[in-house]
Amino acid sequence: MSGLAGSLAGVPGPEDLIRARGLTKRFGEFTAVDGIDFDLRRGEAFGFLGPNGAGKSSTMRMIGCVSPPTGGELTILGLDPVADGPRIRARLGVVPQEDTLDVELTVRENLLIYGRYFGLPRDVISERTARLLDFVQLTERGDDQVEPLSGGLKRRLTIARSLINEPEILLLDEPTTGLDPQARHVVWDRLFRLKQQGVTLVLTTHYMDEAEQLCDRLVVLDGGKIAAGGSPRELIERYSTAEVLELRFDPGEHEQAAEKLADVRAERTEVLADRILLYIPNGDVALSAVRNLGLEPLTSLVRRSTLEDIFLRLTGRRLED
Amino acid sequence: MAPQAPAAPHAQVARAAAVHASRWAFAVREFRFWLTNYRRTWRGSIYSSVLNPLLYLGSIGVGLGTLVNKHGDARLGGVSYLVFLAPGLLAAAAMETGIGESTYPVLASVKWLKTYHAAVASPLRPSDLFHGHLLFIIVRLAMNCAIFLGAMAAFGAVRSPWVLAALPVAMLTGLAFAAPIEAWAITLNKDTSFAMIFRFGMIPLFLFSGTFFPVSQLPGWAQPIAYATPLWHGVVLCRALSLGTASIGGMLAHVSYLTALTIAGIIVGNRTYRRRLYV
Repeated sequence: MSGLAGSLAGVPGPEDLIRARGLTKRFGEFTAVDGIDFDLRRGEAFGFLGPNGAGKSSTMRMIGCVSPPTGGELTILGLDPVADGPRIRARLGVVPQEDTLDVELTVRENLLIYGRYFGLPRDVISERTARLLDFVQLTERGDDQVEPLSGGLKRRLTIARSLINEPEILLLDEPTTGLDPQARHVVWDRLFRLKQQGVTLVLTTHYMDEAEQLCDRLVVLDGGKIAAGGSPRELIERYSTAEVLELRFDPGEHEQAAEKLADVRAERTEVLADRILLYIPNGDVALSAVRNLGLEPLTSLVRRSTLEDIFLRLTGRRLED
Repeated sequence: MAPQAPAAPHAQVARAAAVHASRWAFAVREFRFWLTNYRRTWRGSIYSSVLNPLLYLGSIGVGLGTLVNKHGDARLGGVSYLVFLAPGLLAAAAMETGIGESTYPVLASVKWLKTYHAAVASPLRPSDLFHGHLLFIIVRLAMNCAIFLGAMAAFGAVRSPWVLAALPVAMLTGLAFAAPIEAWAITLNKDTSFAMIFRFGMIPLFLFSGTFFPVSQLPGWAQPIAYATPLWHGVVLCRALSLGTASIGGMLAHVSYLTALTIAGIIVGNRTYRRRLYV
């Protein structure tokens, strides 16, 4: 952990918005978050990546000051989340995993209610509402009831709602889970713009592509512990190779082929149930080496390493498991 | 938690004062949420608020009352059945409003719509949500009880100008139900227990707490049970004010009982709200 602490939990500076040391959350006997350290710097996009049950949401709820930590230290915006919850939350935006919109009200009323929760005057709310609905491309639906909106539109409204208080930190818990690919890309695009505007993002995800698209730095959580951390590029350099060769063989030949592939001298070989992954600097070179061994894969794919490969390397499991 | 430098005494006082001021302001923010929400449904609820007293006062007060009155009014305290019944129905209507507002809307907020989870992500705390909703229930009680009083007056079922004081008393009766029930409702995950409350709580209280006949008509063993129920205290208070027979001592005892129940509900609710929403 010492190397990790160096990159993720440095000396706290004035730009550290969140600082966690040994942060722990237990529910009875179960430890959801098991002593994690991290710092969040102003203006960055920071990700918690991990499978379901890794402790992502518990961590987010502690940062959102709606879940008192069981142990360790947590400082948010220089304040104590237990004593100063309201003052901290006034400066946070939260996009929860499940939509918590008031579906009986209209799009605009949802923003009005939420703005009032922050004590904003009506004219400020209506000015921001116009801007935010424009930002999430919901202006035309402003007076519609929320209930019949699609999942993607509801997500965008939730994002607009989370921005009503112009937060310094935006917390997003699995912002695109359950959305279709097109809706996901719209959300990513909006989040990317927010990042460009200088909003600090903290997000959890179990999508590798999401983490790669959005995060400057991330930690891989597994079983409540930080398995690794750094920028996506650093993680790939440290834990994987530039390229990956994915091979699929006839189920009957799968095992045999895996044994023979040792001769390719890949840096690492992962034998999955349906595929074999070879971690190598150059995929095309490796593929001809495979063919020279007399192996004929049904399909072959040369691709760049992704965070998925790192997760596999670190935990021995795939993210969807 | 994060170790903090001990705050200077005046800073602590300032923080305590700020927390106190924000407690009220935050509850009002949640109260305004409920008002906004109510704008959608008020029409339907007003119909039942008006129809309920008209139906009961008309059918039982006037209709059944003409039969009852033939047997004399000695046991009713020398007044007609309508005059006897109306303040009891007022207290019962307050109970019904209090229970109705503190059950399904609470479970909907925490479980079905999850709007409470959205609200606690803002500066509001769980207790602010609780207090804000109680403020809204107070407004609903004021509306329904005022409409009921108006109907009573229209039926000529009022004997004393003191009946105006029955408005806050009836509201307190409703609150004595709402606060404890809301404190319990926030802990639930299903609405099945609500049906039990209605069937085995509200309806027996409605029938046997002195609304329709004096509790002295109950068998001796059952009378203490009636005295323990909050509705009986509300009925006795409203009736004494409506008939102009209230005594200060008796009033104080009944009001204290209802106030104690309300405060107990608020104290417990502050804890149950926090436990449910800060996991």
